[in-house]
Amino acid sequence: MSDDLYQEIILDHYKNPRGVATIENPLANSFQVNPTCGDEVTVWVGKDSQGRLQIAYQGQGCSISQASSSVMSELLTGKTPEEAAKIQTAFLELMQSKGLLTPDEEVLEDAVAFAGVSRYPARIKCALISWMALTDAQIKSGLTSESISLDRKE
Amino acid sequence: MPLDVASIRADFPILSRDVRGVPLIYLDSGATSQKPSVVLDAERHFYETSNAAVHRGAHALAEEATDAYESARSVIAGFIGASPNEIVFTKNATEAINLVAYAFSNASAKHHHGHEVDSRFVLGPGDNIVVTEMEHHANLIPWQELCAKTGAELRWFGITEDGRLDLETDPIDQNTKLVAVVHQSNILGTINPIKELMRRAHLNGALGLVDMCQSVPHMPIDVHATGADFAMWSGHKMLGPTGIGILWGKHELLNSMPPFLTGGSMIEMVNMDHSTYAEAPARLEAGVPMVAQAVGLATAVKYLEAIGMENVERHERELTEHLLERLRRLPGVKIIGPDSIIDRGSAVSFTVDGIHPHDVGHIMDSQGVAVRVGHHCAWPVCRRFDIAATTRISPYLYNDIADIDAAVDSIVKAQEFFGVVPEVAG
Repeated sequence: MSDDLYQEIILDHYKNPRGVATIENPLANSFQVNPTCGDEVTVWVGKDSQGRLQIAYQGQGCSISQASSSVMSELLTGKTPEEAAKIQTAFLELMQSKGLLTPDEEVLEDAVAFAGVSRYPARIKCALISWMALTDAQIKSGLTSESISLDRKE
Repeated sequence: MPLDVASIRADFPILSRDVRGVPLIYLDSGATSQKPSVVLDAERHFYETSNAAVHRGAHALAEEATDAYESARSVIAGFIGASPNEIVFTKNATEAINLVAYAFSNASAKHHHGHEVDSRFVLGPGDNIVVTEMEHHANLIPWQELCAKTGAELRWFGITEDGRLDLETDPIDQNTKLVAVVHQSNILGTINPIKELMRRAHLNGALGLVDMCQSVPHMPIDVHATGADFAMWSGHKMLGPTGIGILWGKHELLNSMPPFLTGGSMIEMVNMDHSTYAEAPARLEAGVPMVAQAVGLATAVKYLEAIGMENVERHERELTEHLLERLRRLPGVKIIGPDSIIDRGSAVSFTVDGIHPHDVGHIMDSQGVAVRVGHHCAWPVCRRFDIAATTRISPYLYNDIADIDAAVDSIVKAQEFFGVVPEVAG
């Protein structure tokens, strides 16, 4: 039953979300809402003493959006903006792939579990909402990569 | 007379298809209904035999097309006990509501510049418009915008815990210019006491508007008996095509309103610096209208009339009673809205403890059951009940008890899948 969508990893992150609720000195945050269902997420970003990303999130939503927030926060916290941008680009490409892309587990780790989501157009937004909030917060805070663009089209 | 659901279903080609490898069980008619072959055939037949622009041209096709369009208007008017000159074709119900909202807005602006307009449509600071907390966004946002433009105040009836309008706290007063309320809530299923609300509106000199999107498709309606001044609904929710909605209004009012859309077809006389307008309904139908859709919708109306709206209503009542009964007995499931059949329609919303509605809908879909999830364009209702969203089952004449059972069984499967089947005491 929808096994392609609800991978064990997703259900695990949904039931046992990782990541922290707050970070000490956030540089920016972004509130995003999915207007079709009312799901909400706020993502805060900051940096540690080495300039690596710190990410916190809070929100309410379906299993896909909640698990995606958890995976994103776990995956990107502690990464440099350049390292993060590579992963963010790969995740966006995966979500736009309509199920035709085999994700690179080396890059995406737990986030490969979302490959099946890209076959359900109504659920892609759920998976992307926290990633979009992160991108927005990064732009606001200046914690973006100079070398790697987040937008494939550029 | 009980409906012969098997033979009705045979009229709807889409209902025999599979989705996700299993037979489709369509329970999202509150969002849009499916279409019987006769409706599709009627549109095709119109295009193949009589297609022309209406109300212009002197050739045979133009005459036939005009006749088809105006006959459709008569059929649709008859369906709700109205006169053809009270029926305005719009793109959808949302446009119909905006048409009325812009009549107020345009009258207010013209009044401000010294033009003579009907004072019933003039709004300013000190005036107010009354809606309810259970409006679809289509009957809320046009009034928010209108109030922002005119300085009028937006007020509303609240909702009680059991999903009814709180009629005790009545915001209508002598300064109310319009009471705009939903007949049957698309999210709660509540059927509101329209006659009483219209009575209160008129007692205070206000006009009354009723959003009938969820009532006209599901029950017999005599629109004059409701006491409303305006009503609207969409074609696609009552077996008709998309792209057509109906505004019903008292003829005298339709003739007094500044038009919303202006241009061709709606004029009487045109000069370079000013123009005069045609009689309603033409004055409110600028441009070449949706003729094929009108023909399709009239065919849908005839299809429903042949079955009998009282039979449709009774059938839906049986399905809804069964659905409510099963949901009430399901641990972990909470009905949002009236949980009994009294004064409620067939749209039934619910939440499932521990599962987000998106996930409930997805698991139901994986078993072929098509339902709506989300805030149903009635976000304030979700806020009122402190929930993010609901799952909604909305059956129609082509559903049967087995569909309802399959839907409820698929909710149980969702609970099992997410490991949230509640333990039942005893």
